[in-house]
Amino acid sequence: MTLPIAGQTDAGKAAEATVSDVVIRFAGDSGDGMQLTGTQFTNTSALIGNDLSTLPDFPAEIRAPAGTLPGVSAFQVRIADHDIHTPGDAPDVLVAMNPAALKANLRDLRDNGVIIVNTDEFTPRNLKRAGYESNPLEDDTLNAFRLYRVALTTMTRRALEESELDVRSKDRCKNFLALGMIYWLFSRPLEPTIDWLRVKFRRRPEIAEANVKVMKAGWNFCDITDAFQVRYDVEPAKLEPGTYRSIHGNSALAIGLVAASRRSGLPLFLGAYPITPASDVLHELATYKHFGVTTYQAEDEIAAVCAAIGASFGGNLGVSCSSGPGIALKAEGINLAVMVELPLVICDIQRGGPSTGLPTKTEQADLLQVMFGRNNESPVPVIAASSPANCFDTALEAVRMATAYMTPVILLSDGYIANGAEPWRIPQVEELPDLRVDFHQNAEGFMPYMRDEQTLARPWAIPGTPGLEHRIGGLEKEDVTGNVNYEPENHDHMVRLRAEKVARIVNDIPDLEVEGPQSGKLLVLGWGSTLGAITGAVNQARADGLTVSRAHLWHINPFPRNLGDVLDRFERVLVPEMNLGQLALLLRARYLKDIETYSKVEGKPFTRDEILHRIERMTGESNQR
Amino acid sequence: MNTTEAPPLTRKDFQSDQEVRWCPGCGDYAILSAVQQVFPELGIPREKFVIVSGIGCSSRFPYYMNTYGFHSIHGRAPAVATGIKMTRPDLDVWVVTGDGDALSIGGNHLIHTLRRNVNLKILLFNNRVYGLTKGQYSPTSELGKRTKSTPHGSVDFPFNPLNIAIGAGATFVARSVDIFMPHLKSVLKRAAEHKGSAFVEVMQNCNIYNDKAFAALTDKTGRQQNGLYLEHGKPLVFGDNKDKGLRFTGTDFEVIELGNGKSEDDCLVWDEEHANPSLAFQMASISTGDGLGDFPVPLGVLRAVDAPTYDAGVIDQIDELTTARPQTLDQLIHGTDTWTVDAGGNVHRGAN
Repeated sequence: MTLPIAGQTDAGKAAEATVSDVVIRFAGDSGDGMQLTGTQFTNTSALIGNDLSTLPDFPAEIRAPAGTLPGVSAFQVRIADHDIHTPGDAPDVLVAMNPAALKANLRDLRDNGVIIVNTDEFTPRNLKRAGYESNPLEDDTLNAFRLYRVALTTMTRRALEESELDVRSKDRCKNFLALGMIYWLFSRPLEPTIDWLRVKFRRRPEIAEANVKVMKAGWNFCDITDAFQVRYDVEPAKLEPGTYRSIHGNSALAIGLVAASRRSGLPLFLGAYPITPASDVLHELATYKHFGVTTYQAEDEIAAVCAAIGASFGGNLGVSCSSGPGIALKAEGINLAVMVELPLVICDIQRGGPSTGLPTKTEQADLLQVMFGRNNESPVPVIAASSPANCFDTALEAVRMATAYMTPVILLSDGYIANGAEPWRIPQVEELPDLRVDFHQNAEGFMPYMRDEQTLARPWAIPGTPGLEHRIGGLEKEDVTGNVNYEPENHDHMVRLRAEKVARIVNDIPDLEVEGPQSGKLLVLGWGSTLGAITGAVNQARADGLTVSRAHLWHINPFPRNLGDVLDRFERVLVPEMNLGQLALLLRARYLKDIETYSKVEGKPFTRDEILHRIERMTGESNQR
Repeated sequence: MNTTEAPPLTRKDFQSDQEVRWCPGCGDYAILSAVQQVFPELGIPREKFVIVSGIGCSSRFPYYMNTYGFHSIHGRAPAVATGIKMTRPDLDVWVVTGDGDALSIGGNHLIHTLRRNVNLKILLFNNRVYGLTKGQYSPTSELGKRTKSTPHGSVDFPFNPLNIAIGAGATFVARSVDIFMPHLKSVLKRAAEHKGSAFVEVMQNCNIYNDKAFAALTDKTGRQQNGLYLEHGKPLVFGDNKDKGLRFTGTDFEVIELGNGKSEDDCLVWDEEHANPSLAFQMASISTGDGLGDFPVPLGVLRAVDAPTYDAGVIDQIDELTTARPQTLDQLIHGTDTWTVDAGGNVHRGAN
């Protein structure tokens, strides 16, 4: 929404206006602390009770040359007094710490949006670095916006005149001046950030206090001067009663894996190799050793997955976590787990590609890789998380399938939900699924490849159990005995059996739910992180009087049992995907249904409006027919 | 509690019901037999043994041992075994691999496993050829070797496996020969007793693709003439009648004829526990291992030093933190910053 320029006025004070929804983007150099600033604003807003959604956007380079366009790091947050699904299409407020940050982000800003710039950085040299031929603060570049010029660096230094920090350290506090201003502008309390600073820098209190001082200076500057004519507030969202926290996707995934470990009684083992944007799962799980979690930073991606397989053989919950390039390296290991039928969870936090691609940007183009990127007939269940908080439930469900069916399972997430945050209604531990696992103990009649009649799972018999000594491996197995076997009929049987085992998972996964009319002209079907944009677009389309339904796939292999029926009930099916139509390809092949793909591969998530416009066009076309 | 003692294990207890399918005359049979003889002597229950292998002729080994076994993928056995040992320290984990498996496709896992000092026993069967893929040269094949993939002779300079292990920081490095049964058994026992990564190179004859590769060492005269049997604390003497020795000049080893005023006292006394690995590295370098050079082939234990193991370090941290930081799953899920929405829609900071 556009921020109003007038509001209720008390004498001598800025006018006050309540808005239902605001999108703020903090942008600066990679070293300016924009991710931290945005995260603080997010957490404070979460504690107030706003619904929220975030979109961090940072370069792959740790410190690209200062002041350049490739070095710009941004963090977008949307807060609202109602249920929201996306971090917002266009910012209402842009904080630009330098000319490059302004240039890189201006095109996204809403008309009449608020821009706060650090004028100290608009030097001829920095303007040139950003590719500005004349100073945009002085020409008519910014005429369509509400521009606020603030000498952030000067004010920061002045606020810290008495501090003993060196100038460099002082200047590093300037993001907190901007944060203090934004806190004032949106009527947020400073306490949560003050508390956080004092814990974070408990060993360097001078740093904590400098930042506190600067943040208060930013707040006071707004409060005392007439810098802003209007001050805004966003009231708490009417969320379902319960206890909430703000959570990132990778964090929800890590906690979900620990929860699955506790609920299954299996110690968690994570084998991983550092890779963006998956490393945070390794970082976070490395701090959960007190939950019996073993994290192993292996020498490479292959060792990471192989060690996880070894841990599973020994009776642990083996997990490996990576992104597309790492998943490619793990393919042979995953196939070994298919053959030896051991539980294993492989998390693929997708990023832009192919090859090294866009490490810090998001994409959904690993779907076909995880479905088919292994030699021969290699069925692996696939499940995709659809939001940051959903990563928690998805981790539990992946572990359930892996242990119940003795199979590797692939969990898809992506950079957007991995780094994005949203409020999460914290579940009761006792309500989480019971994932208890019984290892096989009875030596009588034991065969390593005998099977459960229903699930076709083989027994999990772990080393150390007397009388169950057996050998497994990548060579083809004779059914039941597990002996190496090259007979043609046996191989044909085993290939079909492994496929059937995964197919039978359909028996205990939920049917696909259609939201909106259960049949009709248009269904928007998604998977993974497009959930927010699709939901927002479909809701808006309905509010605009259009008839459209939506459904979102969680399980992708196997598909829910009723998926074919659902597709048949609609004249047209639109699948928005951040790839060139990978789910659409699977659906067409499986159901012989004409699927319309809406592709976007820009390294950025769909905006709500992009999908809304597509829906409008398609419903318009339908009406004309 | 059942106090009846189980009857002691025998060689037979470690023989699986699977038909052994190596080529007749393969050196692997002798190594299998040695392992099946040594395992019952270790005092470890059979169900606690796990043998992990990669791909290649040697890697069929687990199928023939009646223990837990895992025939994994090419080169990755040390990685799989590391995952097992880190999570199941109660198990006795052995890796069986070959020169192609361990030094070519799996070289990275081998060096990192040794560097970390994971408590695994690694047996590398070195036959200097790819057998299972029918006769290509391997990373230990000698220069000039003619194989199917090097019809004009190999120009690919080989690895010395012992030097790889010592260079990677292995805490136990030894070498034996497939058909030197008593020696092989004693080396295997030493490896079993070592706490940490124990690397054993076993010279193994492939009678199909690289027959007699080690004949100069293994034939009747070669055993004494060309074998240098290292013993901790003993001078380095060798030869038919112990008539030769190795002296260390300070920079190099040199062979000396004993007698004529030179005695065992002039030979270096072998110290496998020497903290600095450079002497062991130099010892490994005196011969490529086939007995064809000017120096004898060092056999036995080159290096055996105490060092903390990776798996114990990992487990200690977990144990320590589990005691020091008790936390419930509920606390973990809640994290540090929560807010609560009550039935009336009011929001307050913190949990209920």
